[in-house]
Amino acid sequence: MGDQQRPARKTAKNRPKPASANEPEFVQLLTPEGRRVNRPDYDLTLTDEEYRGLYRDLVVTRELDAQGTALQRQGQLGLWPSLLGQEAAQVGSGRALKSQDTVFPAYRELGVQWCRGIDLISSFALFRGTDLGGRDVAADRFNMYAIVIASQTLHAAGYAMGVAMDGAVGGEDGEAVVVYHGDGATSEGDFNEALIWAGVFNAPLVLFCQNNQYAISETNARQFRLPPYRRAEGFGVPGVLVDGNDVLATYAVTQAALDRARRGEGPSLVEAYTYRMQPHTTSDDATRYRDEAELDFWRAKDPIVRYRKWLTNEKLADEAYFAGVDTEAGELVRELRARVMALTDPEVTEMFDNVYAQMPPGIAAQRAEALDFQASLEEGSEVR
Amino acid sequence: MTTMTMVKALNEGLRRVLEDQPKSLVMGEDVGRLGGVFRVTDGLQKDFGADRIIDTPLAESGIIGTAIGLAMRGYRPICEIQFDGFVYPAFDQLVSQLAKIPNRSGGRVRLPVVVRIPYGGGIGAIEHHSESPEAYFAHTAGLKVVTCSNPADAYWMIQQAAAGDDPVIFFEPKRRYHAKGEVATDAAALDLFSARTVREGRTATLISYGPTVDVAENAAAAAAEEGLDLEVVDLRSLSPIDWEPLFASVRKTGRALVVHEAPGNVGIGAEIAARLTEECFYSLEAPVLRVTGYDVPYPASRLEDDYLPNLDRVLDAVDRSLEY
Repeated sequence: MGDQQRPARKTAKNRPKPASANEPEFVQLLTPEGRRVNRPDYDLTLTDEEYRGLYRDLVVTRELDAQGTALQRQGQLGLWPSLLGQEAAQVGSGRALKSQDTVFPAYRELGVQWCRGIDLISSFALFRGTDLGGRDVAADRFNMYAIVIASQTLHAAGYAMGVAMDGAVGGEDGEAVVVYHGDGATSEGDFNEALIWAGVFNAPLVLFCQNNQYAISETNARQFRLPPYRRAEGFGVPGVLVDGNDVLATYAVTQAALDRARRGEGPSLVEAYTYRMQPHTTSDDATRYRDEAELDFWRAKDPIVRYRKWLTNEKLADEAYFAGVDTEAGELVRELRARVMALTDPEVTEMFDNVYAQMPPGIAAQRAEALDFQASLEEGSEVR
Repeated sequence: MTTMTMVKALNEGLRRVLEDQPKSLVMGEDVGRLGGVFRVTDGLQKDFGADRIIDTPLAESGIIGTAIGLAMRGYRPICEIQFDGFVYPAFDQLVSQLAKIPNRSGGRVRLPVVVRIPYGGGIGAIEHHSESPEAYFAHTAGLKVVTCSNPADAYWMIQQAAAGDDPVIFFEPKRRYHAKGEVATDAAALDLFSARTVREGRTATLISYGPTVDVAENAAAAAAEEGLDLEVVDLRSLSPIDWEPLFASVRKTGRALVVHEAPGNVGIGAEIAARLTEECFYSLEAPVLRVTGYDVPYPASRLEDDYLPNLDRVLDAVDRSLEY
């Protein structure tokens, strides 16, 4: 595990220590107990409204994600990959983005999508199977979900090369590109090639690694001997380890990396040290590879609990505010749920229409054949 | 009308693309300063700059993956994979990303990426430098697959491939790279996805593409001396295949043979045999025969003359067809 530590088991001799007593050397601005840490190198000052907004983002993300799990359990989605526990990594990094920046997500980035202000229905349509997750990605500046692990890191590197070639870097208005991936992705060749490409072409790319400790069942020990943020250095790409359950730290660290990229100073890697509280997806059984003690260890580092404590202590928000957020989240969930249930099956022609810009005659013929066959079945049922 | 080699024709075609399309790029291993190991991109970096003629790191998945990202940004990359046998590290990026992203996006994202691959044997090369992997890509919806057999087609097809908005895998028969031919640079004779009747005949139809079109032509010339009148069709496009000229030819001749270097098993020839059987069943006087590479890995180069379909194997198959 290198310098990343496993949790201690609870025994009579080994009482649980405070959650902050057992953590790696990472950038942290807020301890699990909600105490602000002074880090002059990652100073972050937001308006009161922005501070409160982060809490709203965290809660809404958690509730919408939980609805994904619920909808799958009720047979309304085929699959759901929950982000529970990773809200701070996604909200902090998502809110650090500027409007001109472009995101390449993996497939668990609902929180980032929320922060970008993009309609979330595409993610639910994808997992419901009514489409393949297509959206207007150019307008959204948020790409489609990438299911093949690490494949999107190369797309992001190429896109970022294009940004540099367009002369769109330099100064405050420069564009930056961020690609999300997990700890498992760091073992793929594409991830390593993306680091090489981004490095040698000095692309304005931030690789945002959500190290949630698991690639389905496999721990970090099976992915690397040296953690990703240190491996990046070997590619000539600066790496930084940040507390992924601390929304202020992920915000500050990502902002610094994005600003570096937009100034034309090249790529960097942010490793957000976090934990996937749910199984890999709704199809996974995590009890086969981890125990309750480990979950308890991470529950004590919950990203929302600590942030709420800090907001309360700083008198930035009160119970009425928190209750208002809960109410709003509930409404958003109900609205989303209704829209997901209303997603209907696509027409049979859908599978043919978008394969090519210029449809070959053979596909056009098969499209007509599928329509004719469907029509013949309908006629047959009328006869009966 | 100018006489030039296929290498020169491709180079001139790429030049036209780079001049006409400011967003087009050439990227690959050694394509810049060196001009490519076959010199197809010779002089382009000098004339168009290192930002447009990009020497990439040595990683094929990276070449295709970053080309996809560049295309998403509005560029039109023309990638070179140095040799046929080196394309496999890029397989996921080609078949699961480049081929499928446009469809995944519901048609909102188009990826105008051309992937040039020198392919085929007959040049005495070491392993991985003589393969014919076209069937893998023709099997993948979302890609278009074409191959040129002569300088004129090379010159026009590379421009047509770069002009479209669909990804195109562009196979270049490396053993024909230095054969000269006449190139009319004023207008293209055919659409990119059209087959071409190279030689008209009535006895049987030889269907081929890329490096073996020349083999089929020579076989037809030899057969003519024996009084056999063979028709030769150059497919040019392997996905989609331009079927109507094939159907018309076989309805006329009643006999068809497919000639390609790639192994016959589950290859382009198998698809052609199946479709001809479906569409021309009552016209066929004999089963569709295939003259192809054997179903083994490409052999050591001292054996390649035995592996590759040649004039004698083609004529032998013609005789078998006529015996039915």
